[in-house]
Amino acid sequence: MIDYLGDLLEGLLVTFQLSFTALGIGLILGLAAALARKYGHEPLSLLANAYIELIRGTPLTVQLFIIYFGLPSLGVVFSPTLSAIVALGINSGAYQAEYFRGAIESIGGGQMEAALSLGMNRLQAILRVILPQAFRLALPSWSNEAAYLPKYSSVAFLVTVPELLARSKMVISRNLKPLEVYLVVGLIYLATIATISKILDMVYERYKITVE
Amino acid sequence: MGAGEEAIGDWCLTRVVSVRDVWKSYGKVEVVKGVSFDVEEGTTTVIFGPSGAGKSTLLRCINMLHPPDRGTVFLRDIDLMQAGGKMNYYRSKFGMVFQHFNLFSHMTVLDNVMIGPKVVKKIPQDQAKAIALEALEKVRMKDWRNHYPSQLSGGQKQRAGIARALAMDPEVILFDEPTSALDPELIGEVLQTMLDLAKEKKTMICVTHEMGFAKAVASEMIFMDEGVVVETGSPEHFFANPTNERTKRFLSRLTELYGRHEGERRAAADRE
Repeated sequence: MIDYLGDLLEGLLVTFQLSFTALGIGLILGLAAALARKYGHEPLSLLANAYIELIRGTPLTVQLFIIYFGLPSLGVVFSPTLSAIVALGINSGAYQAEYFRGAIESIGGGQMEAALSLGMNRLQAILRVILPQAFRLALPSWSNEAAYLPKYSSVAFLVTVPELLARSKMVISRNLKPLEVYLVVGLIYLATIATISKILDMVYERYKITVE
Repeated sequence: MGAGEEAIGDWCLTRVVSVRDVWKSYGKVEVVKGVSFDVEEGTTTVIFGPSGAGKSTLLRCINMLHPPDRGTVFLRDIDLMQAGGKMNYYRSKFGMVFQHFNLFSHMTVLDNVMIGPKVVKKIPQDQAKAIALEALEKVRMKDWRNHYPSQLSGGQKQRAGIARALAMDPEVILFDEPTSALDPELIGEVLQTMLDLAKEKKTMICVTHEMGFAKAVASEMIFMDEGVVVETGSPEHFFANPTNERTKRFLSRLTELYGRHEGERRAAADRE
């Protein structure tokens, strides 16, 4: 009955590609920004702060358009897919930075002090003591970010990336059944997000810790 | 200045730590104002005084967690203010036990105790585990090795904290009010562990208000107030005839708070 499902699932694969790559980029940027804000020296922490505030204070669509339509005038040309990945990654990084920062703040200075008192240097203390706890503590809010990214990634259709939403528009232009197709697309997003949430919940249950 | 050996009668004492005119302020607040004292090997030094006296800050100056603004600390003959890049190494020679335990919450008790030898001293896994188990045995926490800190009582956490410090085989152990965050019925087990260490001639610097403990094992007591050392002496001196007015007032307030009876009962128990 749904002869266009194959088309939509191809789009879903592109959506996954966008979201998970962006999630990875965001993870690296977010961790770096959170650590710079907490432990970095003045210029570094200010830079991290500026990044977080700038990105969180502007719409994702504007960020995407700057990268896709704006940067070529400076001679920087990205493909539609790469533009979307970069925009989503930078955007997600700013939000992830806030989740990690909150987690690091809640760990408290005593853990760092104890690590240093054993003779660890700051890097060892961050890698062995602070980050493993920050990951666990940030996981519930980080899970939201991971689960929502497939949803946010739908803005990529604005720059002609053939992801799920773009595919559905193409299908509709052929079969002229917008209500049906959009309902199916909605269900696909719903199922995707529910699955990711469920998996991350299980990870959280397995690794959660109690901070004293 | 600094360390060295000094013959006193038949005793040959070795200075492990020398604190020399240490000053420390945070912003405009001067917290420690010119403190000096020596710690001999195998002795217990008890630092006490009202809150805000600068005791905890002084401890953090000693192991350079918060290096002093002026003055210095010697570990044997090493001037820690000149330690430069080897600061982390020398810091590992000081064990530290915290008021709020500060156990690493994502690790089991065993991993908490192993991580120092493993990461700082680069000791291989099996050997580090053996060292950790020995330390846990000493504080009677071996049976709890696979538990996480959140599954332990305060007294157990603190004993694990002591094991973590012991596993690094430190020259000196610094105790920062190790029993003040504990429920009264849990204080005894931690004090007992500390008494055991004192009897084994571990060098210890303890910030504590446990006067029974001080009476039982301190070779020197230091009373601090408002960032300075007000009075030093043996426990006998402090409990028989403290000279300074401030010391007298503080000691009588401690008795009021904890009760003479309680203090003496505990001291008697400690001596057994």
